[in-house]
Amino acid sequence: MTEKISEDQVKHVAELAKLKIADDQLPYFTTQLDQIIGLFETLSEVDTDGVEPTSSVTDQINVMRDDVAEDWHQRQALLDNAPDTADGYIRVPTIIDESGENE
Amino acid sequence: MNYFNQSLKSIHEKLVNKEISAKDLTQQTLDNIKKVDGDINAFLTVDDEGALKKASEIDEKGIDSDNLLSGMPIAIKDNMVTKGLKTTAASKILENFKPIFDATAVKKLQDLDTINVGKTNMDEFAMGGSTENSAFKVTHNPWDTTKVPGGSSGGSAAAVAAGEVLAALGSDTGGSIRQPASFNGVVGMKPTYGRVSRWGLIAFGSSLDQIGPITRNVFDNATVLNAIAGHDKHDLTSSTKEVPDFTSNLDKGVKRLKIGIPSEFMAQGLDDDVKQTVLNTADTFKKLGATVEEVSLPHTKYGVAAYYIISSSEASSNLQRFDGIRYGRRAENIKNLDDLYVKSRSEGFGDEVKRRIMLGTFSLSAGFYDAYFKKAAQVRTLMINDFTKVFKDYDLILAPTAPTPAYGIGEDVSDPMTMYMNDVLTLPVNLAGLPGMSIPAGFSNGLPVGVQLIGRPFDESTIYQAGNAFEQNTDFGKQTPKMGGNN
Repeated sequence: MTEKISEDQVKHVAELAKLKIADDQLPYFTTQLDQIIGLFETLSEVDTDGVEPTSSVTDQINVMRDDVAEDWHQRQALLDNAPDTADGYIRVPTIIDESGENE
Repeated sequence: MNYFNQSLKSIHEKLVNKEISAKDLTQQTLDNIKKVDGDINAFLTVDDEGALKKASEIDEKGIDSDNLLSGMPIAIKDNMVTKGLKTTAASKILENFKPIFDATAVKKLQDLDTINVGKTNMDEFAMGGSTENSAFKVTHNPWDTTKVPGGSSGGSAAAVAAGEVLAALGSDTGGSIRQPASFNGVVGMKPTYGRVSRWGLIAFGSSLDQIGPITRNVFDNATVLNAIAGHDKHDLTSSTKEVPDFTSNLDKGVKRLKIGIPSEFMAQGLDDDVKQTVLNTADTFKKLGATVEEVSLPHTKYGVAAYYIISSSEASSNLQRFDGIRYGRRAENIKNLDDLYVKSRSEGFGDEVKRRIMLGTFSLSAGFYDAYFKKAAQVRTLMINDFTKVFKDYDLILAPTAPTPAYGIGEDVSDPMTMYMNDVLTLPVNLAGLPGMSIPAGFSNGLPVGVQLIGRPFDESTIYQAGNAFEQNTDFGKQTPKMGGNN
C-alpha cells in the first residue's frame, strides 16, 4: 500500500490541532490514520460532477435573531469552573514566552 | 425496585393511586442502581440528593394524573449539560465540569416533573460504538456482562435494559442511540435532524447530532419524544414544524404500508442471525398486512468514508473549545499559553478523540479540502437522493441496525477501522437527517438483535406506528436479561 500520510504530516496536523503526539506514539497514529485515509480515498470512485455538496440538513434557512446580551447572573458558578482565577477574572499564563526555553 | 415488566403507564398508575410516592419510587430506584450497577457500570454520576429533593417537591405538589412522566425517574447521557450536576462527556478534559444551565431536552423533561437520577456512561465525546472509549469506566451488557453494551449511548441503553430506569436520553451522531438499543434489546429512536433541540448537547458533529429516547417499549419512547421535541430559539437548526402527538397513531397497524428493505444493507459482512432476524421481521409485517419489497440505496458503501470525513471535520472544529482556559482540565508546569493549550488537550483527550480531531483537521486542511471534505459532502447529497427516491414509493425502510449482536469487551477497541465499519448500517440515516428507530426483533445465542425502521423526514409517527404493531405481535421486547440472578 502506498503511504497516504507520513509521520511528518501527522506531526504537522497534530500541531494545527494543538495536540502533541509523543514520538513513540507517532508510528501507531500514523499507521491508523493512513488506513483510514485509504478508506476515505474510495470516494474518488464516485462521480460527483455537478453535485451540490450538503453541509446541513436543517429545514431552517437564515434564521435571524436580535443581538441582545442576556445576563444569566451566574458569574461565580462560571468562575468556579475555571482552573485558575484571581480577583473575579480567569488567570492564564504568559502569552509571550520570554524565557527562551521554548524556541 | 427494578423496572423489568414495567412501563410508564404501569408506574404512573401506582403513583396516581398512591401505592407509592415519588420519593419512595426514587429511593427504590436509587437502591436498585446501587445493587446492580456495580456489575453494569451504566452510570458515571448518580445524583441521590438532587433526585430525592425533586421527588419530595413533586410529592408535595401532587402527581399530575394527566402527565405520564410526573414523578418518573429517568437517566441522561453524560454529554447533555445538567445545571450544577457534573457533566463530563466521559472525558478527562471535563472531569470536574459543572454546567450552569440545563440542555433544552433535559429542561423539558425537568419541567414535566421527571426525576433525573444520574448521568450515564458513553464513549468519550460520543466517539465510538462500544462505550469502551470512556475515560472513566467500561459499561457491561446486562444480557452478558462479558459483552459491550454498544455505544456511544451504551450507558443509557444498559441502564434501561438492566431495569435501572424506564427511560433514558441518548444522542445519535452515526448510530449511537440505535446500535446500543439493538445490543441491549430496548427501543431507541434517533429523531429527524432538527426535531429535538441540540442546545446543551456537547457538540460532536453538529450537522448529524440528535438527542433521542431509549425505553423498554414503543409507547414509552413516543411519550418521551413528545416531551423533548420542538423548536428552541437557542438552536437555530431546530425545526419550527408542528410536533404531532407521537402516541396518537400507534394503534393504526401496518395495513397498506409499503416497506422497503435495501439490498445493500443485507449484503456481505452481515451476521447470519441478524439477517434472519430482518427477514423474520419482514414476514411479520407482511402477515400484518404491509407490503415488503427489496429496494436499492446504491451509495451505501461510500457512507462510512463520507461520514468519517464529515463527522471528524465537524468534531475537529467543535472540540477546539476545550483549551483548559475557562473550564475543564488544565495541564500543570506550563511555560506559556500555547504550551497550555497543547498540554491540556494532549493530556485531556483520549486516543480516539485525538484520531478524529486529526482526521478532521487533515480533511479540512489546505490542499486536501476538495478531495476529502467537499467530496464527502457531495456523496452525502447522492445518499440523500437515494433515500428521497425510495421514499417516493415506500413509507418506511426496514434494515438491520448493526451487522452483529453485541461483541466481547476488548475485541474491537484497538482497531478503529473495524469500529468504523460497524457503523455502516446506522450512519446513512444521520447523513440524510432522517428519523430511525431500533426495536428488539430477535435473539442470537441469548443476545438481543434489533432491527431499524427508517422514515421520511419528520415522519417519526409512521415509524412508531409500525414499531408498535410489531411489538404488539411479538414478545422480543418483553424478555429480560438474567444479570447474575438479580431478577
